[in-house]
Amino acid sequence: MAMLEVNHLSIQFGGLRAVDGFHVNIEKGELYGLIGPNGAGKTTIFNLLTGVYKPTEGIIKLDGQDITGKNTIDINKAGVARTFQNIRLFKDMPVLDNVKVGLHNHHPYSTLTGILRLPKYFKVEKEMNERAMEILKVFDLDKEADTLAGNLPYGKQRKLEIARALATDPKLLLLDEPAAGMNPNETQELMDTIRFVREHFQMTILLIEHDMKLVGGICERLTVLNFGQVLAQGETSAVLNDPAVITAYLGE
Amino acid sequence: MKTKMNKTTKNNFITYGIVIAIFVVVQILSSTGNLSRLLTGLLVPLCVYVIAAVSLNLVVGFSGELSLGHAGFMCVGAYSSALFSHVAADAVPAVPRFILAILIGAAVAGICGIIIGIPVLRLRGDYLAIVTLAFGEIIKNLINILYVGVDEHGLHVATSSAGIKLEAGGKQILKGALGISGTSTLYKDIKDYFFLIGIILVLLTLFIVQNLVHSRSGRAIMSTRDNRIAAESVGINVTKYKLLAFTVSAALAGVAGVLYAHNLSMLKVSVFDYNMSILILVYVVLGGIGSLRGSMIAAIILYALPELLRGFSNYRMLIYAIVLIVMMLFNWAPAARNWRSSVMEKIRGGKRKKEAA
Amino acid sequence: MSFISYLKDGVNLGSIYAIIALGYTMVYGIAKMLNFAHGDVIMVGAFVILTAITKGGMSPVLAVLISIVFCTVLGVLIEKVAYRPLRKASSNLAVLITAIGVSYLLQNLALLIFGADAKSFVSVINVPSLELFGGQLVIKGVTIVTVVVCIIIMAGLTFFVQKTKPGRAMQAVSEDRDAAQLMGVNVNATISLTFAIGSGLAAIAGLLLCSAYPTLTPYTGAMPGIKAFVAAVFGGIGSIPGAMVGGILLGIIEIFGRAYISSQVADAIVFGVLIIVLLVKPTGLFGKNIQEKV
Repeated sequence: MAMLEVNHLSIQFGGLRAVDGFHVNIEKGELYGLIGPNGAGKTTIFNLLTGVYKPTEGIIKLDGQDITGKNTIDINKAGVARTFQNIRLFKDMPVLDNVKVGLHNHHPYSTLTGILRLPKYFKVEKEMNERAMEILKVFDLDKEADTLAGNLPYGKQRKLEIARALATDPKLLLLDEPAAGMNPNETQELMDTIRFVREHFQMTILLIEHDMKLVGGICERLTVLNFGQVLAQGETSAVLNDPAVITAYLGE
Repeated sequence: MKTKMNKTTKNNFITYGIVIAIFVVVQILSSTGNLSRLLTGLLVPLCVYVIAAVSLNLVVGFSGELSLGHAGFMCVGAYSSALFSHVAADAVPAVPRFILAILIGAAVAGICGIIIGIPVLRLRGDYLAIVTLAFGEIIKNLINILYVGVDEHGLHVATSSAGIKLEAGGKQILKGALGISGTSTLYKDIKDYFFLIGIILVLLTLFIVQNLVHSRSGRAIMSTRDNRIAAESVGINVTKYKLLAFTVSAALAGVAGVLYAHNLSMLKVSVFDYNMSILILVYVVLGGIGSLRGSMIAAIILYALPELLRGFSNYRMLIYAIVLIVMMLFNWAPAARNWRSSVMEKIRGGKRKKEAA
Repeated sequence: MSFISYLKDGVNLGSIYAIIALGYTMVYGIAKMLNFAHGDVIMVGAFVILTAITKGGMSPVLAVLISIVFCTVLGVLIEKVAYRPLRKASSNLAVLITAIGVSYLLQNLALLIFGADAKSFVSVINVPSLELFGGQLVIKGVTIVTVVVCIIIMAGLTFFVQKTKPGRAMQAVSEDRDAAQLMGVNVNATISLTFAIGSGLAAIAGLLLCSAYPTLTPYTGAMPGIKAFVAAVFGGIGSIPGAMVGGILLGIIEIFGRAYISSQVADAIVFGVLIIVLLVKPTGLFGKNIQEKV
């Protein structure tokens, strides 16, 4: 069964149909790319998938479960986690705590337990710390655990966002331009990390990207979006050689 | 990892240590007769303002919302507990009565926090600030026209003195703008221990706020401050945690109000105006947003400052205003910060050179 | 007839709130700060008029002009010394607290110079009353002047902001300060100008306030300042017609509340209405809805 199944997804802002009849099927464990020129509606689709916007029409199914129209919090609990195009970290909190916020719903104890420092507090906090460090290690951030997130260099901030998203233990990970602003070396390293994440966490990943090299390098399948509509869809190599795609991307 | 946990724990204990040290020093000074009457009179109010500032910091510093209605919650705590103390004056001995009064003040203020927080927390930034200010003023206005009395038939509540209609032998407790009088005389026997009680309440407040902040819920609260949208994206219920911070803060402000009310023989509602809320906000901002110890120290210094400047009579509030402006500029202006860090750098550089030589 | 009489009082008070609110809203819209000291500039303006007339023996017109100039300079000075250094501070609470400090400073300076006891304000506006319905309704000259001045100011400001170059610079700075700077707008000068206009208006508000309610203390400006800020928020902060409508509505609500319900809870009613409006329309009556872009 498909991990993510989207049909007829549309949203209208005033007179503008920002996304129009979007559809996609992503299999479990797949690394899927969503590309398209600026303003094609890619981030809007992420916002629809994560409940930031409510779709005008369409159905979104995650692992067979209908999540259409739910709010962001419930969608995250259902198993969708994301990163943001413009990095959104908890910048005045330490790196470790950023990940621990991600673990929030999986390692519960009550507020009162926390205030009274009951034994459960120490037990759960220890679990959380260990789990958070494990995740940070994957991204080579364990040495910066105590640094404030806002003080990390740019590339590491992008990684921390992925780490935080993974901490919520999602079924589907949405990455919004993970390589934006990175130099070729960092991009290369990021590609390796994304591959590793997929293997290590057996993650299904949908990513938005501008960098064609990155998309061509790691995505198995692609959807190309133009003016809110699906322009092409299929195997990466086939899509990238599609004349319609080349026209849309590079102009005449 | 281990070291980090220890660091926050250590930090918390330093704060408790400072409070206890202050208490000990004050006790020594007072037992050797070195404490002036003026200062002795300041001790309990100081505890009140420390509790108020630390609790407000939970909202301003940790959940990142600007509240200008803190005095309103203190007011609710003060009046509800003072009413209770009067009603229960004959039925309950002083010590358990005082403990109950504290719990009642905290509970009523906390409930007000929930009732006000639910609508208010939908607003952002300066809109939230003005609405909290508005709520504070409304609370003050409503209590101002409230008359409460008690007789053998129970409590009577009215909006005018004539409206209460007490039986013979009944007594009026709350007299509108005249407030509640004689609350402190109800506690003659334990009045001498009010500073000790104040210190215990300060420690309790610090305990609650510090432990809350360094817990799962505290991280959730801070995440809503740093980035609301990202917090929701990882499944944090932003409204719930903002409301939690707001409610705990309101309840603790209520505790400050209880202490305030019971230390006075005359409790008037006019003191709980927006100026009081602003005063507490000043402590929080000057002490460092998000620094509980800072709030505490700023509250002590800034509350005591105008009192200690009484010698300068007319000039004291002027001096206070100038000190406030200068401190803000010095602490927050980017130019001043750069200058400070360059000076610090020079000092450190000098040290390093010495060490090298 | 009493209804109309209250309405008239409400419009009078509301027009004063509106003028103060215009100052608040412009400063907020352009400098993005709550200028808590704005209300105290009103008080300063009123004291300058009073002193110029009683001590300086000047004519009312000259006294008012001096007051406007004085407040304008004061406003620009306050911005330059106390607010500008904090414009790029990491927390916008810093400038709010500094504004509170400035408010204390002005109040206590006035306290030191003029003392705490209430001064009765001189009558400056000598316009005959208007009698309607055969004398059943008397509209005082002060009320007429206040309403007319308010309308003129509102029209003048709207024209200024929309049609003149400095006014458009204000709009640009309000939209996006950095972009405006890049487009060659002198941001510092624009913000100074905003404070100059806002403080000049405060002087006029001081005159009108003390003409309608002729007692003056160092704390005269504080509560009207807060109320006017409420009016600005009520109308949608940053919006000139919003400040106008918000101010007048607030004045009417306050006077009606005082007359028909209870003078003690009039303020509670004013604040209650504000809360209800904001809960229904979180950015005020004329405010723009801004959604954060994800």
